Amino acid sequence: MTRRERSAWSFVAPALLAIGFFFALPTFAALLLSFTDFDIYALSDIRNLRFVGLDNYAALVERPLFWKAMGNTMWFVLLGVPLTVVTSLAAALLLNSRMLRWKPLWRLAFFAPFVTTLVATAVVWRYLLHTRYGLINYGLGELGVEPVDWLGDPRASLPAILLFVVWKTFGYNMIIFLAALQTTSEDLYEAARIDGAGWWARFRHVTLPAIGPTLLLVSILSVAGFFQLFAEPYVMTQGGPAQSTVTVLYFMFEEGFKWWNLGTASAVAVILFVLIFILTMIQLWFSRRRETA
Amino acid sequence: MSLARRRFRPAALLLNVAAALVALLVLAPLVWMIAVSLMSTGEAAAFPPPILPDQPTLEHYRVLFFDYGVGRYLLNSAFLAAAATVLALLFTLPAGYAFAKLRFKGRERTFQALVGALVIPGQIGMLPLFLMLKYMGLVNTYAGALVPWLAGIFGIFLVRQYALSVPDEMIEAGRVDGASEWQIFRRLILPTLQPVIVTLALFVFLGSWNDFIWPLIILSDQDLYTLPVALAALSREHVQDNELMMAGSVVTTLPVLVVFLVLQRYYLSGLMAGSVKG
Repeated sequence: MTRRERSAWSFVAPALLAIGFFFALPTFAALLLSFTDFDIYALSDIRNLRFVGLDNYAALVERPLFWKAMGNTMWFVLLGVPLTVVTSLAAALLLNSRMLRWKPLWRLAFFAPFVTTLVATAVVWRYLLHTRYGLINYGLGELGVEPVDWLGDPRASLPAILLFVVWKTFGYNMIIFLAALQTTSEDLYEAARIDGAGWWARFRHVTLPAIGPTLLLVSILSVAGFFQLFAEPYVMTQGGPAQSTVTVLYFMFEEGFKWWNLGTASAVAVILFVLIFILTMIQLWFSRRRETA
Repeated sequence: MSLARRRFRPAALLLNVAAALVALLVLAPLVWMIAVSLMSTGEAAAFPPPILPDQPTLEHYRVLFFDYGVGRYLLNSAFLAAAATVLALLFTLPAGYAFAKLRFKGRERTFQALVGALVIPGQIGMLPLFLMLKYMGLVNTYAGALVPWLAGIFGIFLVRQYALSVPDEMIEAGRVDGASEWQIFRRLILPTLQPVIVTLALFVFLGSWNDFIWPLIILSDQDLYTLPVALAALSREHVQDNELMMAGSVVTTLPVLVVFLVLQRYYLSGLMAGSVKG
């Protein structure tokens, strides 16, 4: 190794060692841990640890709460991803309009929720969603809607948390969309306008193709994000009512750090990873197929 | 077309009104949080919900700081966020620069592997990491809380993207003058990286301040709690104390909102750079 190469390694070695030891190793160890019966007895004395193969996975499949958590998370992803993509794209289109004034001000306002502390704003929303005194039911009441027991009714709790998550995160995706929209050539729009294309036709045939890759990026990030909901149900509903907001990560947390079933919890972590991975691959495959079609 | 004519087009007016309305809706929860935190106890539990405090009071802030020791959590959060920022910069800046500008065997492959690893959520390895730290005696310590910030792949990626634009001639000039690689990095490179340093510092500071699940797991001693962990615990005990909880939320989130407002240019440009090139 040359002297210059040695010094180059001294630049990257600390970071690579830290990543290897505190990220790669634990990620890999999660897989191994999921094949053991690591629990509170193993925690006190490691000699109680046994290798159990796929028993943790087999046991999980039998647990109704695991399936409940999977189902809830799927609903969060299925409803949340389209909702957040449409909201953030609409906001980005609004901000990108040439007729809009004071753009930096609006951009700042739309983005602000994203940088707030999740736990703090979740606490705020718990009160906004209060059945009797909440601002949201008051607003709906003005429109003639009966009060909704947002966080007490198992049918309303998931949409309520969804509303909060979209409010909290749409600004982030909006900025990514804005970056893409600003690189779209004005000439294309001009040409479409001269051809007599209306607003929808321009959106459909100029904007959408131009931001295709960004759309893919945002939906991949959103899927991963909605799979990892934890603090929202932890603060707002504690998984309730009737376990309607227990997410996969919430289930993993309770299993691992409340009951100290670290083997089972690791199996949940592995399943979560595989799910995110598969869905990411499906999205990549889908977008590639559309490109070649 | 003159500006004056454009201003009065109905479509433009409609668009601007729409933007103002959306902004109002988006900011309403934050404004309401501040307003309720200044109300006297029980005032917010009324119908219709009051928007402004009748007689603004700082009573709840006094209770938080003197009876619940929130000052302690505020210091904990500030210390941890500052330490995480310094550590992340120390580990990330040299690595990001080296991946952009220094030659060594396996550079491209290593970097590709790192980018690939970006899709793995940190939560997957959380349980084994907890066990590792437990055997190292780092559970319930600040060191344990800071560990994940050392392994910031996104930061390396961000710094590399920025460092690619540093001219090679600058580095060569330093080498001709007989400076070592680290001297070149310190004296010539770091000053040019200033914008991305601010961006990265901001990301890590806000990320650490807002983080919840990891400090919740690793810090069990109440004296070590960060603001979000303390607020979550407090909110489980004081479900009915609307005004007190809003004051707690303000204390938790206002510092990061202010930091963001002051440095928003760096934050948003970093976000855009990270997404477009990524």
